[in-house]
Amino acid sequence: MDWLQILSNTASSIISPATIAYALAALGLAVHFGYAGLLNMGIAGFMALGAYGYAISILTFGLPWYVGVLVGIVAALIFALVLGIPTLRLRGDYLAIVTIAAAEVLRLLFLTSAFDDVTGSADGLSGYHTEFRADNPIPPGSYGFGPWVYNEVGWWVRILGFIALVLAAIVVYRAVNSPWGRVLKGIREDEDAVRSLGKNVFSYKLQALLLGGGIAALGGIVYAMDRNVNSGVYVTSLTFFVYTALLLGGAATVFGPLLGSVIFWVIQTFLSNLLPALVSADILPFMTSIQAATVRFILTGIALMLIVIFRPQGILGNKKELTFVK
Amino acid sequence: MTIARSATARPDRRKLRVGAFVALLTGLVALQLLAPLAAHADEVDTDTYPYRVSGNVQLDGEPLEGVELNVEGNGIDTDVVTDEAGQWAVGVPERNADYTVTLDEDTLPEGIAVVDETSDTPNVKEVTVGPGGRVAVNYFIGEGTRNVTGLFDVVVERVINGLSFGLMLALAAIGLSLVFGTTGISNFAHAEMVTFGAITTFVFANLAGWPIWVAIPIAVVLSAVLGLGLDVAVWRPLRRRRVGVVQLMIVSIGLSLALRYTYQYFIGGNTQQLPGATASSINLFGSVSMTVIDMVSVVISIVALLAFAAWLLFTRIGKATRAISDNPSLAAASGIDVDRVVRIVWIIAGGLAGLAGVLFAYYRPGLKWDMGSEVLLLLFAAVTLGGLGTAFGAAVGAIIIGLVVEVSTLWIPADLRFAAPLVVLIVILLFRPQGILGRRERIG
Repeated sequence: MDWLQILSNTASSIISPATIAYALAALGLAVHFGYAGLLNMGIAGFMALGAYGYAISILTFGLPWYVGVLVGIVAALIFALVLGIPTLRLRGDYLAIVTIAAAEVLRLLFLTSAFDDVTGSADGLSGYHTEFRADNPIPPGSYGFGPWVYNEVGWWVRILGFIALVLAAIVVYRAVNSPWGRVLKGIREDEDAVRSLGKNVFSYKLQALLLGGGIAALGGIVYAMDRNVNSGVYVTSLTFFVYTALLLGGAATVFGPLLGSVIFWVIQTFLSNLLPALVSADILPFMTSIQAATVRFILTGIALMLIVIFRPQGILGNKKELTFVK
Repeated sequence: MTIARSATARPDRRKLRVGAFVALLTGLVALQLLAPLAAHADEVDTDTYPYRVSGNVQLDGEPLEGVELNVEGNGIDTDVVTDEAGQWAVGVPERNADYTVTLDEDTLPEGIAVVDETSDTPNVKEVTVGPGGRVAVNYFIGEGTRNVTGLFDVVVERVINGLSFGLMLALAAIGLSLVFGTTGISNFAHAEMVTFGAITTFVFANLAGWPIWVAIPIAVVLSAVLGLGLDVAVWRPLRRRRVGVVQLMIVSIGLSLALRYTYQYFIGGNTQQLPGATASSINLFGSVSMTVIDMVSVVISIVALLAFAAWLLFTRIGKATRAISDNPSLAAASGIDVDRVVRIVWIIAGGLAGLAGVLFAYYRPGLKWDMGSEVLLLLFAAVTLGGLGTAFGAAVGAIIIGLVVEVSTLWIPADLRFAAPLVVLIVILLFRPQGILGRRERIG
C-alpha cells in the first residue's frame, strides 16, 4: 500500500478545482440557507446553469470565455427570479420542493436528446477550453512543490477559482455584516417581527436568493473550466453533498462553507484512495474494490445525519444563533 | 430482396434522410451483390477494417439467433446476422466516428421487440466508435409493441399506463403524506423505503428461490418492519430531543444517502429483473394491450388503497391519525397516545412504500439501488399537489402525476416525461398553493 501516494492525493485535494467549486456553491447556499433561512434544495440547478451557460455561450454562440462567465451568472440570476417570485411568499417547505423540482427539470432538459445540438444530451459538452487556455498568462510547464504540482492549465483554473472565491467571500462578508445582512438574519429568526418593522420581507428574500444563486453559478463555472460539462454531475445528490459541506463548516458563517468544502473533499479523497488500497492489500477481505468505493458515500450520509443532530451550528458556527428555522 | 426489407424495416429513416438516398441506394446495390454471402455471417468485414462495432442480442439471457442488423455510416452499409450465441460484429473503417445501427425487428420472434421508452425508434441506435476503435451496441429486448397504430389507441394505452403508474405512486405517496402530516418530516428517505420492498422481494424470490407470491408479502412485512425500525432508531429519539422540522428533513436526506449507498454496496450497480418481468401481454382491443403483471399491479394497488382508506376513515387509530395531522397538541391533550399512533403510521408507510417498490420494479422494469430516488420527486409532487398532509389528496395527486407522466409523451420527448409533472407542480403552486384538496390556512 502506497501511503505516500494516498496522502499526497489527499493533500492535493485541498486546492482542487472541485473543492473551490463546492466552496463557492456552499457559500451561495450559506446566503440562502444560513443567513436568509431559505430552504433552497436546488443548488445543483444553479451550478448547472452556470456550467452550461458558460459552455454553451462559447460553443454555440462563439462568445469569449469571460463573456461566457457572465452569461452563466446571468442565467442563474434569471432562474432565481423565476423561482423566487412565485414561491418566496409561501412557507419554507414549498420553496424546498419547488427548487428541488426545478433543478431536476433543468437537469432533464440538459439531458434530453431533443436539444442534443446545444446541450450534447447524455454526452455533455466538451472542447470549449481552447480560448480559455490560450488566454493563460502562465508559460507552459509544471509549478509548485510537494503534492501541489500542477501544469499551467491546472494553476490557471485554480488561480481564477481562488480569485472568484475570495471576491465572493468578501462580498458575502460585507453584505451579511451590513444593515442589509441584519435584516436578513432577522427574517430567518422571525419573519413576522421584521415585517412589523416595515421591511419588505419578500424583496430581501429575493435579493438573498439572487446573491447566493449568482455565487453558486460561479461554482458551476469553475467546475466547468476544469473538466467537461455533463448533466450526470448536477443531480440532487450534488445538492445534498453541498449541504453536507456547508453544515459541516457552519451554515450561518462566511468561512464555514470554505472550511467545510475543504474537509469534505479531503475526507472524500482520502477514503476513495485508502479503501480500495486496503482491499487490494487484503486488509478488508469481505469487500470488493467496487464496494469499497461506495463506503465513503454511506459515511457521507451518516456524517450528515450526525452533524445535523449533534452540532447543527457546524464547526465554526455560534450555538446561540438559530440556524434552523422552525 | 434486401432493398424491400430495408424499406419496411426503416420507413422513418427513409423520411429523414432523403438527401442521403442516392448514396444509400448505391450502397444497397453494392450490398445486394454480397447478400448471399452476408446473409449468414455473424462477423462481417472484421478482417477488412481495423475497427469494429459489435453486440449481443439476447432475450432474458437467452441468445437470439438469426436476428438481422445493419450498420451504416462513413461509407459503409453492412448487414449482419447474429450467430447461435446471439453475437454479431461488423468491421468499420473509421474510429472517432458515428455509425447508425438498425435492428430489423421483423427478424425477432413473434411478440418480441426492442423496448426502450426513451426513444420513438428504439431499434435504431446512433453509436460512436471512440478512440479505442471498438464499441458494443446493446438492445434491451422484451415483450413489447413494435408500432402502436392509431391516435385513439395510443391515448387509451397511455391513460391505462398512467393510471397503473399513478396508483403505484399513490401507495407510496399516502405514506409520505401521513408521515408529513403527523410528524412534520419531509422524509427524503421514503425513496429508500420504496427501494427496500423491491430488494427484499429480489432477495427472497431470486436469491432464495421462493415463489413470488410468498416473496412479495414477506417483502411488504419487512418493509413495514423497516418503517418501525427507523421510527424506533432514528425518528423517536429525535422527537424526544425536539429537533426542528428542517433539521429532521436534512437528517432524512443523510439517511437517504446512507441507505441508498448501502443498497449499492450489497446488490451492486446493475439492474436486476424480478421473476415474471416479461409476462405475455393480453390484447384488450385494437392495438391496446396490457400485460398480466400490469393488471395484477392495478388490482393490488386498488385493493391496498381501499383498505387504507377504510382504515383511515373507520377505525379508532385512523381517526386518531387524522386528529394528529390536524393539530398534534390538541390531539395529545384529548388523550390520544401520539407516540403510538406515529409508530403505527411509520409501520403503514413502510409497508405501503415496500409494496409500491415491488410494483415499481415491474413497471420500470427491473430493480436498481437508486430506483426509489427516480420517483422521490414525483412523490413529493403528488403530496404537494394534493395538499400537504392530506392522505387522500396525495392519492389524487399521485394519479394525476402518473397520468401526466404517461400522456405527456404524446407531445414531448419521452426522456422529458418525468419533467412534465414537476412543471405542472410548479405551475399549480402558483395558482393554488394549498394544493387540490388542501385548505387555504395551511400555507403560512
